[in-house]
Amino acid sequence: MTPDLTLFDTWLPLIFYALLGVSMLAYVVLDGFDLGVGILLRRADSAQQNRMVASIGPFWDANETWLVLGVGILLVAFPMAHGAILGALYLPVALMLVGLILRGVAFDFRVKARDEHRAAWNLAFHGGSVLATFAQGLMLGLYITGFADGGPQLAFALFTGLALAAGYALLGASWLIMKAEGALQRRAISWARGSLLLSALGVAAVSLATPLVSQQVFDKWFSFPNLLLLAPIPLVTVALFVVTDYTLRKLPALLDAGSHAFCWLPFAATVGVFMLAFFGLAYSLFPYLVVDRITVWEAASAPASLKVILAGVVVVLPTIVAYTAFSYRVFWGKARELSYQ
Amino acid sequence: MTDPLLLARIQFAGNITFHILFPTISIALGWMLLYFKLRYNRTGDGAWSQAYQFWVKIFALTFALGVVSGITMSFQFGTNWPGYMETVGNIAGPLLAYEVLTAFFMEATFLGIMLFGAQRVSNRVHTLATFLVAAGTTLSAFWIIALNSWMHTPAGFEMIDGQAHATDWLAIVFNPSMPYRLTHMLIASGLTVSFLVAGVSAYRWLRGDRAAAVLAALKTGVSVAAFLIPLQMLVGDMHGLNTLQHQPAKIAAVEGIWHTERGAPLLLFGLPDQETRSNRYEIGIPKLASLILTHEADGELKGLNEFDGVHPPVAPLFWGFRIMVGVGVLMLAVSWAAAWQLRKRGEPSVWATRALVAMSFSGWVATVAGWYVTEIGRQPWLVQGVLSTAQAASSVPAPMIATTLAMYLTLYAVLTLAYVTVVFHLARKAGKGDSAPYPAPAAAPQPAAVAAPAVQSAEA
Repeated sequence: MTPDLTLFDTWLPLIFYALLGVSMLAYVVLDGFDLGVGILLRRADSAQQNRMVASIGPFWDANETWLVLGVGILLVAFPMAHGAILGALYLPVALMLVGLILRGVAFDFRVKARDEHRAAWNLAFHGGSVLATFAQGLMLGLYITGFADGGPQLAFALFTGLALAAGYALLGASWLIMKAEGALQRRAISWARGSLLLSALGVAAVSLATPLVSQQVFDKWFSFPNLLLLAPIPLVTVALFVVTDYTLRKLPALLDAGSHAFCWLPFAATVGVFMLAFFGLAYSLFPYLVVDRITVWEAASAPASLKVILAGVVVVLPTIVAYTAFSYRVFWGKARELSYQ
Repeated sequence: MTDPLLLARIQFAGNITFHILFPTISIALGWMLLYFKLRYNRTGDGAWSQAYQFWVKIFALTFALGVVSGITMSFQFGTNWPGYMETVGNIAGPLLAYEVLTAFFMEATFLGIMLFGAQRVSNRVHTLATFLVAAGTTLSAFWIIALNSWMHTPAGFEMIDGQAHATDWLAIVFNPSMPYRLTHMLIASGLTVSFLVAGVSAYRWLRGDRAAAVLAALKTGVSVAAFLIPLQMLVGDMHGLNTLQHQPAKIAAVEGIWHTERGAPLLLFGLPDQETRSNRYEIGIPKLASLILTHEADGELKGLNEFDGVHPPVAPLFWGFRIMVGVGVLMLAVSWAAAWQLRKRGEPSVWATRALVAMSFSGWVATVAGWYVTEIGRQPWLVQGVLSTAQAASSVPAPMIATTLAMYLTLYAVLTLAYVTVVFHLARKAGKGDSAPYPAPAAAPQPAAVAAPAVQSAEA
């Protein structure tokens, strides 16, 4: 089916495909850093743990809302794909939800429950973060391989699960390099270095798997002139990893010399890696919502309903971005102890 | 227990039951926090700031539980009921989208500022954040109740090739049962919170905690409860009449009327029997059901025989309704007795405080019972007259649903228990003088001596 691109109704599903992409990317980056902090929690001492949670406390709720928006857009704009994707991912979705529930409630319970239960809630916070992340990576792996059954596919999905955990840990550690001070900041640098290699392998594996799974995707990337036009995506990704690695090596010495000028760089570079990987993936999959099976146009809701939603999105999304920015500005700078005062 | 449809229904019901516990509290508690905040801004009385500080902790906990269980729901729409969005997605989609866009982000973002930003923003902005969080919770209720009501009384659409298409959005949002259901639910939230606030404050009072904040919150809770409960009874009656008009089978099941009759009695007790299609051991007040529902002693009420077997199961509705109304009557008795005592003596008696403690979570019981009545009362339909629940079910195999169901239910039981325990634990902790003084609001008239350290701590 070649849709008629002169009609606005044809563009509507594309707009929602873009919105879906923006929401999922925002979710992965934003909840990625706070899930990453949860993954790293067990490696810190008690005072550092409090500071780590304090660095994400004001944000996690809103960060997770991007997931609701992403799933919501999938649900309302592409109902057919929503059923197909979530039906196929039934078990990992359930695991992710249990993880997110544990992590989300442990935020509050760990400071409010009786002291003797505190260790258990810290464990729930850490375990929930790990479980949710691993399940998301699993879903990514299964999704990329088109939900095919089989040993290699499952092994690949298990690997993407691990790699995403490393990627979120990298995001979380580099977030802490910005938000923490002193010993915790030093530890965050070594955590970031520790998660760098596996993250890079994960990005590489996902990038190579998509063309291997589908001939169409392969042709999209490895034909002229596409190959040249697209070359910047992998090249810049590699460059960002190199820059991150270099900065992480130099940072301890810089901090010793009293310079905090480059603390933002690992986080920014990691976000850049996630964005490029995401765009690469989106390019590979387009126009399919389910690999080689359901396109955006086949899955889309009635244009009339999409227009009603779009009207709201156009007005509300900039507002959301504005007050989200406001919130990050309010909590700008190094994290302090959290208290309801 | 191998029927996937039944398992999917139990799983969704379990999740949605767990979920509704928390928004029921956070909707009205948001407004009560704003009230505490405004009273403090106006008077500078530390009791109100302490009340705010204590209840904001419970609000944060409640909100977190509401968020995580809500996320689960957004996934279960797809995993459990794919046919729902495929059939009525054009209606449900925009309503859900507007809920996320207009309410969820606003609540979640300003919650961060409300909880942790008091020292980083001006008091004016902090008050605004408190308002926006309360407004967000209520707006969220507006959208979701609009959608839920549409499923009971669908309007403003046409069916084309088996899919619903919107024709009139105003008619969809403000469908016939929506104003009644929304009002009923918002008041239910108000009652749940006023009994929670009164109950937990009474618990602190019983334990000898005489902080001014405790009595202030206790009085607020009791007054709001005493005011809202008669209002709720009136609104509930109107909601019932609206249901009689649009979903008569639901009312017939609630009243246990198997066969159409004139001058139907109001049954106080009975055991509905689906086999014999009659009630055993009936105890009722003659003609009262007809009088309430038709405003005539000999008015005719349609029985379940009129609906060709397409009607909801009777026992859960019959009992759910009686539990809801029974709790409502208890609420009336306890709140009015406590209000009378507070007015007369300025403080509650031991017995009144004990009753209030026992009623702390009574709002949950009534709310859940009420939702069971209305939702089970829609069966066998998912969208009344448009889509049956069976048609919308997914093809996920039963063992997989059963496994995840067991996982969810265990988690929900643990978390509900943990929530209730922690609420009372926080109450005991607050009584030990754990709460630090609240920083002075910049705008409020404050003695300089009190304002100075607050400014310092804001700059620290």
